[in-house]
Amino acid sequence: MTLTRRNVLQASAGAAALALTSNQARADEPIRIGFLTVKTGPLAAGGIQMEQGMLAYMKIKGNKLAGRDVQLIVADTGGSPQGTRTKAQELVERNKVHVLMGPVAAFEALAIGDYCEAQKMPTLGVAAAEDMTQRHSSIWFARATSSSGQCAHAIAHYAAKELGYKRMAVIGDDFAYGHEQNGAFLRVFEDNGGKVVQKLWPPLNAPDYGTYVSQVKTNIDAIFMSFAGSNGFRFAKAFNEYGLAGKIPILGGMTAMDEAILQQTGDDGLGIITASFYSPQYDNAANREFVATMQREYKIDPGYYASGPAVEAAILEAALLSVGGRIEDREALMKAVRANVVENTVRGPVRFDSHGEAIGNVYIRKMVKQGGRYINNVIKTYPDVSQFWTYPEAEFLANPVYSREYPPAKNLES
Amino acid sequence: MQFWIVQSLNSLAMGGLLFLLSAGFSLIFGLLRIPNLAHGGLFMLGAYLGATLLGGQMNFWLAALLSGVAVGLLGVVLEAVLLRRLAGNEQGQVLVTLGVSFIIADLCLMAFGGDPMPLGAPRSLRPPVFIGGFAFPGYRLVVLGCALAVAVLLWLLLERTRLGAMIRAGVDDREMARGVGIKVSRLFSAVFFLGAFLAGLGGVIGGPILSAYPGLDADMLPLALVVVILGGVGSLPGALVGSFIIGAIYNFGSALFPDFAYVVLFLPMVLVLVIKPTGLFGRVLR
Amino acid sequence: MNMRVIGGWLLVVLALAAVPVALPSAFYLGIATHALIFAIFALSLNILIGHAGMSSLGHAVYLGVPAYAVAWLTVQAGWQPVPTVIVALLMGTALSALFGILALRASGLGFLMITLALGQVMWGAAYRWVGLTGGDNGIRLPARPALLGFDLSSALSFYVLVSIVLLIALCSLWQFDRSAFGACLRGTRDQPRRMSMLGHNVWLIRWAAFITAGFWGSVAGVLYCFDYQFVSPQALSLPQSAEALLMVVLGGAGTLAGPVVGAIIITVIKTVVSSYVDRWYSLLGLTFIVVVSVMPRGLVPGIASWLRGKRA
Repeated sequence: MTLTRRNVLQASAGAAALALTSNQARADEPIRIGFLTVKTGPLAAGGIQMEQGMLAYMKIKGNKLAGRDVQLIVADTGGSPQGTRTKAQELVERNKVHVLMGPVAAFEALAIGDYCEAQKMPTLGVAAAEDMTQRHSSIWFARATSSSGQCAHAIAHYAAKELGYKRMAVIGDDFAYGHEQNGAFLRVFEDNGGKVVQKLWPPLNAPDYGTYVSQVKTNIDAIFMSFAGSNGFRFAKAFNEYGLAGKIPILGGMTAMDEAILQQTGDDGLGIITASFYSPQYDNAANREFVATMQREYKIDPGYYASGPAVEAAILEAALLSVGGRIEDREALMKAVRANVVENTVRGPVRFDSHGEAIGNVYIRKMVKQGGRYINNVIKTYPDVSQFWTYPEAEFLANPVYSREYPPAKNLES
Repeated sequence: MQFWIVQSLNSLAMGGLLFLLSAGFSLIFGLLRIPNLAHGGLFMLGAYLGATLLGGQMNFWLAALLSGVAVGLLGVVLEAVLLRRLAGNEQGQVLVTLGVSFIIADLCLMAFGGDPMPLGAPRSLRPPVFIGGFAFPGYRLVVLGCALAVAVLLWLLLERTRLGAMIRAGVDDREMARGVGIKVSRLFSAVFFLGAFLAGLGGVIGGPILSAYPGLDADMLPLALVVVILGGVGSLPGALVGSFIIGAIYNFGSALFPDFAYVVLFLPMVLVLVIKPTGLFGRVLR
Repeated sequence: MNMRVIGGWLLVVLALAAVPVALPSAFYLGIATHALIFAIFALSLNILIGHAGMSSLGHAVYLGVPAYAVAWLTVQAGWQPVPTVIVALLMGTALSALFGILALRASGLGFLMITLALGQVMWGAAYRWVGLTGGDNGIRLPARPALLGFDLSSALSFYVLVSIVLLIALCSLWQFDRSAFGACLRGTRDQPRRMSMLGHNVWLIRWAAFITAGFWGSVAGVLYCFDYQFVSPQALSLPQSAEALLMVVLGGAGTLAGPVVGAIIITVIKTVVSSYVDRWYSLLGLTFIVVVSVMPRGLVPGIASWLRGKRA
């Protein structure tokens, strides 16, 4: 064993030395992007799609951004904060990457937040934790996708104003991402005249949703679900098993009914309305090519996970063009990220607020069957949605971050 | 009133599901004294195989049977190749079975991808049943029936057949059994086949409720352990009763004490074990 | 102390001192540090598994709780590092005293399950008690503090601290092994009936072992928090407990070197090999299977008996 270990270390020592020499910069050296994702364990579904999205986008780009070659270094965090930390260090210190993308989950991103800040490492994130672009924003971090609440705000408005719902229940994974989405939904829904009369929080490892489905009040207009991973799929199935399909409409957050699982969900998901910052239906050249490439290479429609990196890569390219390709000038790069308005990303036009969060389209989609395939059909587009919705930024940030208890639900019925 | 009826039905149905999950684990542990921590992985593998076969439009029950047999055969190989030489080495058995479950999880991810796969129940069993004006999923009652049928068949097999008598003899005293001409190694293969078969079968029958998804193994293994320990190790009736108790604790616990949902299974278990360390129906634990 | 023992210890010190020189960069030194912290953690669990013969699947409690304590006391209460560390160690140890009383109601598989259940309860509490723990968002430790004027911010200085702590742990566990108490503990493992007939209080001996394991686990927990500067419920999770168990059994339960070797192998596969092998998770499983198939008692006893066989 000692032998093997030494070999491994020597091999990597060689690699490190190589990285060092090549780092003594030739201006035409490739841009090194460190890509944190999850390829093993339960979170792997989203992580693998993230990687596929990035690979597809780079394929379209001929593996170049702003005329410079790109070297993509993918690291598997294993879905743990420790693993994320170690892999981030490896990418930054050993691979000497110029920019980080990812990771998948909020707790992974939070585990490396301080490190990236201390290293002044430009990071383009996709994990949705609210405070990363709010109360603890950093000039080294930007997110071109969505905060937890950003899409939930929009669908709450849609539920109250367009669908005319008055009484709703909310259900979500009992962890920060679920809390933040439901909190955001509750605030906008109640500010627009609705009432949230029931909150349900299944634990993340709930083996079965039957007990929760049978608790759902029957005298409500609809239920909003904020689930991640495969949980939305499982909840929708249980909901139908108990004969509630067609009686109580389901709305959902951006990961509740992802494109990647639509075909598996099948009829159980028909009619579910969700909000996302991305839709494969959005019609511009970049997205048409992206969707076609994803379908050709991986046989799936891109969704939340796959589209994130494609948006981030477009943002990165635009910023690179603004700084003349000099990715080494980190400060200028991150300033350019925030200053640019990028018209042609796969999610549509994107600009940034001063906290590094994207302002862009949010699509309200309804799941339908079309030509033998299930799709999320866009039924309304909210343009230029800010993470603060329509609230004044200062007031929004003075409030506590969305949580299980905030904003307080005043209309709960026992 | 409706709340109590529906949650009672939920508890019964979940109890059935848990028995299907844990019967094989209990069997292997009770008879062979092997803590088969790959059981969750075998259950998940059964679910994935079932999903694949059902995707090819196979009959549900045939798919369940075939997946069970395939997983059972894998169990036989595991026992013969890896576990037989570790008899009595409990730590070694833990390490090997966990190693196997890592590999199963990783290979499933590779073969079936990360996205969840649905298992459709037989069409005729899908519609909800109406009981006193409210709907309850019919298929869950079928799962309950399956669990009870499996329990009866297992009992008959072990208590009323020649094979069962041989298994019990081989477990009680290997040398004696060898002396009267029983091939003990074949018996062990038979038990492992049965245990793994039940895992695979349970994965498919539970599939329409649980689906096949990465992490199913890790979600299910602690549940199997909880059931077996609570009921008492090595006691099949204990596993049956334990399943229904856990089903009830889970359903009523998460409904009545939502703030304790994360610990609703394990807090009562700590209490039970602290008061009665052998489990409710157990004899002396090793 | 004979020359061979002194020579052995000298070798360990030299090996630890050689690591920073031999490794090419601070990044690898960081990985070595992770491995050594988990070595301390595995050593603590080995007291239960190897010496007391009781397998625990809830040992992550003593990694996670002190780590939370360090993070919370530093960030929320603004405490100085020294009292923070002391209180964190006390908390972890006190918790092990309490949980020991509960878990030692049983032995064997019952013990395993009570520890697992207690671990799951603590994990659930960390997830759910957001006000205290930050839920799954965890608590960030802004920087490694200076301990007694010893600045820990660089990879090297932290490595030095961790290796010193590991040496102390190895020394004291070695003494523990040779002490009368260690002999009693092994007695309760092999012949519990006989021990109690001889007038020993088996329960008390096991409880003391449980607390000792809790203490050294807490030491690892404090270092863990300094190392990753982040604590979340995953530090308390079942996979974390299981991983420690695997480290002990892989290296060889009941030996002094076994847990260290197991910790190093698993850490290297998870952090270094995973950069080169996509299916490292399968490789990890395969490693367990191969090692146990070739050396059923773990690597260190297996290699030792192989060497003896060669010499004979």
